[in-house]
Amino acid sequence: MRATLRNLSFRALRVWQRDADVYFTTWKTEFLPPLLEPILYVLAFGLGLGKLIRHVEYNGRTLGYLEFMAPGIVAVAIMFWAFFESTFSSYVRMYYQKTFDAILATPLLVEDVILGELLWATSKSVIAATIMLGVLTALGLVAWPTGLWVVPIAFFGGLLFSAVGLLFTSMVKTISQFNVPMFTIIMPMFTFGGTFFPIDILPHWALVVAWCLPLTHVAFLTRSAVLGQASPHLWVSALYVVGLSLVLAAWALARMKRRLVP
Amino acid sequence: MNGLPGTSAIQARDLSKAYAGMEAVRGVSFDVAPGEVVGFLGPNGAGKTTTVRMISCFLPPTSGTATVYGVDVRTSPREVKRMLGVCPQEDNLDPDFDVLKNLLAYGRYFGIPGREIRERAERLLDFVQLSDRKKSAVQELSGGMKRRLVLARALLNEPRVLILDEPTTGLDPQARHAIWTRVRSLRATGVTVLLTTHYMEEAAQLCDRVVVIDNGKILMQGAPADLILREVGSTVVEAWNYDRAFAEFLSKLAGRLEEVGDRLYYYPGADDHVERLLDERFPAQERLIRRATLEDVFLKLTGRALRD
Repeated sequence: MRATLRNLSFRALRVWQRDADVYFTTWKTEFLPPLLEPILYVLAFGLGLGKLIRHVEYNGRTLGYLEFMAPGIVAVAIMFWAFFESTFSSYVRMYYQKTFDAILATPLLVEDVILGELLWATSKSVIAATIMLGVLTALGLVAWPTGLWVVPIAFFGGLLFSAVGLLFTSMVKTISQFNVPMFTIIMPMFTFGGTFFPIDILPHWALVVAWCLPLTHVAFLTRSAVLGQASPHLWVSALYVVGLSLVLAAWALARMKRRLVP
Repeated sequence: MNGLPGTSAIQARDLSKAYAGMEAVRGVSFDVAPGEVVGFLGPNGAGKTTTVRMISCFLPPTSGTATVYGVDVRTSPREVKRMLGVCPQEDNLDPDFDVLKNLLAYGRYFGIPGREIRERAERLLDFVQLSDRKKSAVQELSGGMKRRLVLARALLNEPRVLILDEPTTGLDPQARHAIWTRVRSLRATGVTVLLTTHYMEEAAQLCDRVVVIDNGKILMQGAPADLILREVGSTVVEAWNYDRAFAEFLSKLAGRLEEVGDRLYYYPGADDHVERLLDERFPAQERLIRRATLEDVFLKLTGRALRD
């Protein structure tokens, strides 16, 4: 592990740059999902569900449903973009395109490649969250300047979920096996991670489980930033997300190295 | 430490690799001199690619040492890889980029400044005759074009050692000769080349020296012509539609006899009377007397059993 960390270098940015180049050559289509997603949600929930649920009690405030839910979809996007990039996309580059093999014939080491992939998947979360923040601001759903905190939250949240994804990339034998973490880890977080309803209405045991999920903390931080609402527990969640993201990143690095260097 | 007089371009000592539960390479030692073109010959699974991948820092050796111009592959992989140009067996061009961008992105991994990469890329695309395909998607290229682009990519960092892992497998004759021509012109510039192949003609065409490898061990090495003369002799008699009397007659001579299916091979070695003898005793026998080739050496050393 120590040797792995020592081998990390700024050259990882070359790998990041490669992925970014591919992304930005087709930026018009790449930017579309994070632009349209919040608009769709706002339409569906504003015109539909929001009429059934008029008010949500959250942290001692009464919010409109849309107001409550909007930061939740940003948190979900942070998770999805990082996870999909570091699973399906990284796997395609590693296994089908042999992109890693090509890079490893140059002065870059395995560690550079893995770190570059992690940072790129993280960047996708940051890009998506930033675009969505813009859209939600235009819709009047973001408190400024606290809303800006979404960017660092997206960075560490993105790093966390990229590391989760890359851990599975280091293990799967076929690309379809990604369905397992998808439906046992990601989807439960999507539904129960404090995204669509305030989790304190859950029974106590479920509440405890919910607070163990990383997305719950990312959603809590994102919502606090977007609503401009301070709360005494913020630093616990921040510490949890930053700490877990670094630990998982180191673990993913070690696992991927074992997969790539027999 | 680089380029000291007497330093080998590549030096391997007792190099071994065990993985996936088998010993792929078992104690291989060899030297490649600067400017030399050396070919690794061996059937599939012989350990050629594993050896080459240890030299190019893809696989850490299980034991033994390997150096490139005196630099250890184990302790200084970045420095070693900076000196190498690698053409892998499988095409791993970047399908997300066009032809030119493949080279530009690759140059960045070496830290070559942008303008310099662009100049080299233009020059190399010219060298491999792909200048008119700069904007083509990689998927649109033929197999031969892809190989040429891989070669250009391997030359981008102006390597001192070029590693070609089965550079022409699966190519048509035109494409193969196009690669050979370029490798020969590179040799003329003093680049050291280590290539693997199972095409004997390729080895004979390109290599100063061949190393025959099988079951993870080196069986023999030498200049192609010397190896042929030493292991097989200068000529081979091939016969078909023959009877036992013919085979028995040859088996009593000094050379080596081999019967494979419906064919008979006789390697006379130093005995140069065989042609006259056969003309006298078996004038009607269908036969061919031809020059011995590297393929005869290869089959003698590695046997005729199928490997796949």
